[in-house]
Parts: sequence; structure tokens; C-alpha cells
Amino acid sequence: VAERTYLQAISDGLRQEMRRDKRVFVIGEDVGVYGGAFKVTLGFQEEFGAWRVIDAPLSETAIVGGCTGAALMGMRPVAEMQFADFVSCAWDHLVTVAAKQFYRAGTPVPMVVRLPSGGGFSGGPFHSQNPESSFAHIPGLKCVCPATPEDAKGLLATAIEDPNPVLYFEHKHLYRRLKADVPEERYTIPFGEARTHREGEDISVITWGAMVHTADEAAEELAKEDVSVEVVDLRTVMPWDRKAVLASVEKTSKVLVLHEDTRTGGFGAEIAATIAEEAFESLDAPVKRIAAPDSPVPFSPPLEKAFIPQVETVASGLRELAAY
Amino acid sequence: MATGTIIDVVMPQMGVSVSEGTIVKWLKSEGETIEADEALLEISTDKVDTEVPSPGTGVVAKILVHEGETVDVGTKLAEIAPEGAEPAVAEPEAAVEAEPAVEPEPEPAAAVKADAPSSAEPPAPAAPVETPAPAAAGDGSENGKSFVSPVVARIAAEHGVDVGTIQGTGQGGRVTKKDILAFIESGPAPAPAAPTTPTPVETAPTAPAAPTDPSAQPTAPPVAASAQPQAAGTGETLEPMNAMRRGIAEHMRRSLDTAAHVTSAIEVDMSKVVAIREKLKASYQKDYGVNPTYLAFVGRAAVDTLHDYPWINGELRDDQIVTRNYVNLGIAVELADGKGLIVPVIKNAEGLNLLGLARSIADIAARARDKKLLPDDVQGGTFTITNPGGYGTFHGTPVISQPQAGILGTYALVKRPWVVQDALGNDVLAIRPIMNITLTYDHRLVDGALAGRFLHDVRENLQTWGEDRY
Repeated sequence: VAERTYLQAISDGLRQEMRRDKRVFVIGEDVGVYGGAFKVTLGFQEEFGAWRVIDAPLSETAIVGGCTGAALMGMRPVAEMQFADFVSCAWDHLVTVAAKQFYRAGTPVPMVVRLPSGGGFSGGPFHSQNPESSFAHIPGLKCVCPATPEDAKGLLATAIEDPNPVLYFEHKHLYRRLKADVPEERYTIPFGEARTHREGEDISVITWGAMVHTADEAAEELAKEDVSVEVVDLRTVMPWDRKAVLASVEKTSKVLVLHEDTRTGGFGAEIAATIAEEAFESLDAPVKRIAAPDSPVPFSPPLEKAFIPQVETVASGLRELAAY
Repeated sequence: MATGTIIDVVMPQMGVSVSEGTIVKWLKSEGETIEADEALLEISTDKVDTEVPSPGTGVVAKILVHEGETVDVGTKLAEIAPEGAEPAVAEPEAAVEAEPAVEPEPEPAAAVKADAPSSAEPPAPAAPVETPAPAAAGDGSENGKSFVSPVVARIAAEHGVDVGTIQGTGQGGRVTKKDILAFIESGPAPAPAAPTTPTPVETAPTAPAAPTDPSAQPTAPPVAASAQPQAAGTGETLEPMNAMRRGIAEHMRRSLDTAAHVTSAIEVDMSKVVAIREKLKASYQKDYGVNPTYLAFVGRAAVDTLHDYPWINGELRDDQIVTRNYVNLGIAVELADGKGLIVPVIKNAEGLNLLGLARSIADIAARARDKKLLPDDVQGGTFTITNPGGYGTFHGTPVISQPQAGILGTYALVKRPWVVQDALGNDVLAIRPIMNITLTYDHRLVDGALAGRFLHDVRENLQTWGEDRY
């Protein structure tokens, strides 16, 4: 066990997988010589060579298309999008080819696409998005959104092992802000198993990624007001742990679904609908959603702050639920 | 607009002895359309649980009796407005208020009459006025007070609590999950010492040795306040008796109070039955999809024997002895959850061979468990078989299903060392499958010797009959 940042945990996990499995290779823009825009693959090319840490041209289509082919041929490619936002260029390869390949032809596509996502640093509309719900909607793709260093490492190992295309959303805001003990040995964390980040009795917050920490801080405030809040971290959005969510709702009867992505059609809507369908008789208040407004992510720091759900916003949402 | 006249739905007569039924569930709500014969509601009586079909096509205009309530046979339960009539759809608000748990009392008649289909006016929210409820919290937002969330409605239904009697702490005085759980846990909160609390005075069910007059109630804090169920003691859980349980309880008590129960038992060597069953099993299964159970064999042998013992298949009716030339065979069926028992009847069992009986038993047992029995299926029994042996019990003294004269019990089939005679007439020990069979009979009508002879004959049938006799 050693204290690692979220970013170091990802880096460690990736290095560990590359050391144990020769089929694993990395490809992306500036991942080699430069060590990646965020330095996740710093030193990788020195250790694994230019053929396993490939600097790609500025074409996400080529990166994901190449990975799809390599995966079909038995490799275990890990692609890096410099920013999650750019994955839209690779939509066709992911959604039309990779996601459907196994269904059409029975041939697995064991590929991971790493997506540095999320805002909070005035990156503006092209560098701050959280596009997980778009891909969670596509049958055949899996979506992973770790919230802690330990989960980041374990979920990356699982993603690389998984025989399906996996989108691994790593939150940029957490990269260097979050530090925690991470086991040094290799371990995996199963997909579709939520983690109770914080136990509580009165209200459940269902969330993932960076919002887990926002929810936790808000819960801390509510605790002072004698309201006990449970924070459920989904960890993987697809598959997602309905059982854990429904169990928490049955316990508390009040739910806040929270995500950093925009509101309409966000994955929270799916969760809220499922709760309404399957836990209706356990509800003591309407299911509440807190999400970003339906707009591009603004550059301006005050506007961005208004855009991304903040601790105060979440806390006041929780207070409303508590009072209901 | 209104063309036809309103069709009334009434609590059906589910058997001669049944005088009341409980509404288990409405399958349609007010404002929904319904076809004639489409299931409208589920009811539970002490005989059967069943669905009540709609007597006509149209719109459910009014539901007059709420889930969980028990009413007399013939009571009007709902009104169906025939097609074309103005559906008396309540506004969503009112619909919420109509939620069974909240409603203090159904108050049927009155409001209902008014909305004959011709008076296009939807009767809307007029009807259910809120229960007074301890004043205090009333902070203006009337809506919050009356809204009952799904979880609160469920808990209220489960515990038979009237939400209107609970002090709400939620928005606008709404009763929250916490409120109702606290209410159930501690019994009703010591009402906010308000002078005005007219807690709907129930004819307090148990109040032992009535200490003071009931008007003193409000002041006596914790004890008498108990509006609804008696509070559970530490470690106890309370659950309301359902209609079936009440029916069983009443019937068992009445039977023991009526008949002079005596039980005789006999041991039967089932070797022959076992052998025949082994032989028939595969072909019955394959050709008919029917399992020839031991119960079917015993039933067949017993029905045949009853022909010679009309009194055991008879009944004491006032000072007359009733005998019959048919056997309507009741089969006691345990319901899946182990929380209920029902005795569907196989009519004219004397006309059924083994295959027919086995098929009938399987059919009624399945329908009993699926709640698909019709009222007719549980009536008119003349003799009953109960089969508690499945769990290995070897003896019991069942209670007679009134007004019959006897009930046969079949118990576990056990291999036992058994004295038989070899070819030379010498006693030897053999291993034989033995079943205990009991006859519990009403000694008012059936004497011990008669019962003994009957059991003897049943045993002979089971021990000697060949395949062709079944």
C-alpha cells in the first residue's frame, strides 16, 4: 500500500497491465515521447518501447479504428483520447463497429479507450465534457467512471481484461487533487458493483466520478444538521448496480441523483426512471436530480462554477429532500 | 352523453355460508374503462379468494368500498357507467385523497347517488373531506397535509394505520416515512395536548375492566389513546389477520364446538400400491401428464369404501341423518406460503377412476394455489381427506370440515420391519412400506366400531386391490 494520486493510480495500473500482458499496448496523441497530455504515460516509451507506446497522428478516428482492428487480431489496445470531448470523432468506430462486432460476428473487441473528462478548470466547451451517458446508451459498450485512486487502478485492470470495448472516464479534476492509499499489487474491481462511499439513513445520493466527492462534502454539511446522507458511488455507469441503488432507496426512501453531465438525457434520468419503476412503493419524496444545465461548458470561472453542481447546490437539494 | 343506466357492482355471494367479503385489490381505478367480464377487483372471503368480473362494459365511475374493507354480501362496491356516459373522473388531487390508507371511513351512499350519468357534472373533489387531525401543524399548505407518499401508503396499509391520525412533520404537515414508523413503533404520539383532539373514538376493542368512562380518554395520555391496533410489545410484530385466516379460525373453533371428535388409526401395508404406482407412473406421466400420487390411491380406495358406509359420508342436519348416493371429496390444500388452508371439493368422486381422481386433485391443488378456485369449487363437500404426511408426520387428529361426519388423514409412508407369513405359513420379518391412516369422525353420528370397520375396509382395498380395481 502506498499513497498515490488518482493519476498515479491510473498510471501504475496501466504499467502493471503492460508488464504482465504483452498484448497490451498504448496509443494516443503525445502519449509516447511527451508522456501524454496529463503525463499518465510518462516514462512508458522508455520502458516498453515505441511499438507498445505509440504516438498517433491527430486523428481519433485512426486511433480508435486502429485499436478496433488490433483488438480483433488479439491485441489488448488501450487508446488515450487527449480529452474525452474528442471521442466524438471516433463515434463511428466505437458505436457502429466496436460495439456491434461481437453481436454481428461473434468476435470480441477487447479494447479500452481512456477518456480524460470533466471540468472545473476553465477548459471551456471542448475540454470539459462528461459524455458517459451517450455511450452508456449504446448496447455493446461499457462505461467506467472511477471516483477514487483505488478504484481507478482496479477498474482499469478489469477494463483491460474485459473482452468488450470499455470506455474508461478518468476525471481530470481528480487527477492530482485526490490522494489515497492504493495497494501495490495487482487487483481488479468487478464492473456493475457500486460502492457505498458513505453510509446514511435519511437520503441516498446516487452518483459517480468527481461528484462523489461533492456529494460527500454536502453530506458532511447535512450531518451537522442531523440529516444522515448515504452516498452511493456507482463506479461503473454501464453496467450499473441497480440492486445497490434500489437497496439504498428502500432504506432511505429519498433519493438525489447527481451527475456532472448535463441534465436532459443524462444517465441520472435512467436511474431516476428505474427507481420510479421498481422502488415506487419505497419512495417518500419525488426523486430529485441535480446535474449541469443543458448548455455547453462555459469558460468563465464564475459561469463554470454555476454550471457544475457545487457542494452548496447539492446541500440545498438535500435540505429540500430532508424537509419534504 | 349518458345513454345507459349505471350498473352496480355488488359483493357476490361466494357460497351459502358466506356472509361477507373483503376487498383485496381494485384492478381498475375510477375513470378507467372496463369490458364486461373483465376482472374488476379481487376479493377474499373465508372460503375463497377470487376475482370479481365486471357486470358490464363502460367506465368505472365510482369505487365505493376501499381495499382492505370487509362488507356484507350484496353491498354495492362500485358503479360502472356504461359506454357514452360521462366518466366521473376525479381530479388527480382527489384521486390521491381517495387512497385507501388515508380515508377515514368509506362513507358510501350519500355522495354517490347524486352523480347519475345524466348530470354531466363530474362530482369531483366534493366527497372526501380530510379527517380533522390534531391541529397544530396546519400551516396553510393544505396540499402537503393530504398527500400520502407511496412508501407511507404502503406502510399504512401493511399496519392498518389511518394516516390521518398521525402528526406529520414533513412539508405542509405531510406525514413522512419517519413519522409513520415512529407512530407504529411507539403507538400514537401523545397528542399535542390540544383540547380539540377528537380522536375518532373507536369502540375500543379490548380495554380491560373499563376503568373510566370513554369521554375521559383524551386526558389519559399513553394508554387509551390507542386508536388502531394494539401496540406490539418488545420483540413482537403485529400483523392483521386476513379473511382466510379469520375463516379458518372461526371454522376450526366451530367444528370442535359442534362435533364429538374421535380419531382412530390403522396401519396399511402399501407394498401393492407402491408396486402399482411404480408401474403406472411413467405411462400416466407420459400419456396424461398426471402423477398418480399416493393420495390419489388412498382417495380412490376411500371413496369406494364410503359406498358401504353412508353415515361416514353423511351429515347430521338438525335431528335428521343425511346420507347420499355420491361422494363430494374435499382435499385439504396448504397454500404456498404455509399461511393458509383451503378445501376444494371434487364433485362426484365416486365416478372417477384413479386417473380421474389424480387429475382432479392436481387440478384443484394448482388452482387453489393460484387463487383460481371458483366459489363452487369449495362447496358441497361430503367427506374430506387431509394429507399432512408429506413432512414425515405419522399421526394426527385433524378437525372435521363442518357439516361433514369424517375426515381421513394420510401420513408418511415409512419402511418398517413387518411380520408377514412366508410360503410355509411361518412368521417372518419383512421390510414393508407402511402408512398410517386415520379417520377422525363425529361420534355423534359414527360409532367407534363403524369407524374401525371402515378403516379396515380401506386397508383391505389398498392391500388387495390389483391395478384393474383402481
